[in-house]
Amino acid sequence: MNLVLAPTDRPYLPRGVRVVEDRVRGGRVLLAPEKAIALDAIGDAILGRVTGAASFAEIVADLAATYDAPEAQISEDVQRFMVGLRARMFLGVKP
Amino acid sequence: MTVPPPIAMLAELTHRCPLACPYCSNPTELLGRADELETEVWADLFRQAADLGVLQLHLSGGEPASRTDIVELVRAARDAGLYTNLITSGIGLTPRRLDALEAAGMDHIQLSLQGTNAGLADWIGGYKGGFDRKMQVAAEIKERGIPLTLNAVMHRHNLDDLEQTIDLAVELGARRLEVACVQFHGWATRNRAQLLPTREQTETAKRIVAEAEARLRGILAFDFVPPDYYADYPKACMGGWGSAGLNVTPNGTVLPCHAAESIPHLTFDNVRERRLAEIWYDSAAFNAYRGTDWLPEPCQSCDRKEIDFGGCRCQAMALVGDAGVTDPVCRKSPQHSVVQGILDSVAPGDAPEFLFRGKKPAEARRKEPT
Repeated sequence: MNLVLAPTDRPYLPRGVRVVEDRVRGGRVLLAPEKAIALDAIGDAILGRVTGAASFAEIVADLAATYDAPEAQISEDVQRFMVGLRARMFLGVKP
Repeated sequence: MTVPPPIAMLAELTHRCPLACPYCSNPTELLGRADELETEVWADLFRQAADLGVLQLHLSGGEPASRTDIVELVRAARDAGLYTNLITSGIGLTPRRLDALEAAGMDHIQLSLQGTNAGLADWIGGYKGGFDRKMQVAAEIKERGIPLTLNAVMHRHNLDDLEQTIDLAVELGARRLEVACVQFHGWATRNRAQLLPTREQTETAKRIVAEAEARLRGILAFDFVPPDYYADYPKACMGGWGSAGLNVTPNGTVLPCHAAESIPHLTFDNVRERRLAEIWYDSAAFNAYRGTDWLPEPCQSCDRKEIDFGGCRCQAMALVGDAGVTDPVCRKSPQHSVVQGILDSVAPGDAPEFLFRGKKPAEARRKEPT
């Protein structure tokens, strides 16, 4: 299965996956079945925009505008991050 | 060294279980109901764990559904802010109870699998009707959309069914499949001659998992624990002793790993007497094999010492009687010949009968179905 997101794909966190504050270590952490992943600033910025309503293209455009960075570069980073999560079943995608 | 806070806690709520798997990870001396911590003691412990930095709580046993207060315990765990995973055989999870567990905030279920058909699974589990019941529970879980991991414990008698196991995981709607080859501690060690797979089975399993992982990307995620007797290097047990996780037994004894009580010179604290944070940071048992300073040679000068931390202490204890030496499964271990000797003695066909968990040998006279 090709896990690359199309521009119109809308990613979402499936049931059993959520982002929470880590009140002991600081920062935010992605909690998934039997796994906890500390999010860096980039991961946190990406997942903060994953609502189930926003498309991949909209998320990339928002990040590019917010961080004043080229869309092509952002798109590549977001794609790599999201494909990694999809391979572990931590991210769902609606067309 | 700076000791990090723990990420995960395994709460063995009870040793009671309707199943009698011959590789059960519970100790060979099982605790009874009268020994178990009360609901409010567990609830307080969950809060202590969250305050300490634990993010993931695994509610296990025995069979955690054997606790009549399992729903309250799940609610307490979620109230404490923990990600709550129920590790179960499925026996005792009625539809009503599943509803209540969902309402209490249970995040995920890890369902054990003994085999892909009733004949094999009920023989291994020592519980007639268990497989059919488990399949009903799995269907209920799927219908509710509860995130599911299937934990297939693999050994000589079911490793040849790995393809069917993978198919079953997909069919049951699991997101994740653990292909967990039996690790030899406690009950499993007693049944090692029956359980140890052959080298051919091990190599075939690796190939099948690699192929399936590629084919099922985005459908099923895999966690593969190969039989480490055949490995070149040991596992980093628990990600390093006292580094990421801790284990609490039914009576409140806090262990660095589930088998740690097999190391006789260690003494372990109990949550009835000490705060969890003190036990994690200051107790002798948690500091015994923490970090890398204690490591013997050849580990101390090995470039893998930060990867595997010398391997499994309990395995070193079990195989050569010294928890402080290199895990003998490592090919660099001066005592590796012990493992080779065990592997050389693998002789399918003439293995003794299983000693089922919690049963005396006389009760366990069951033959493998043909």
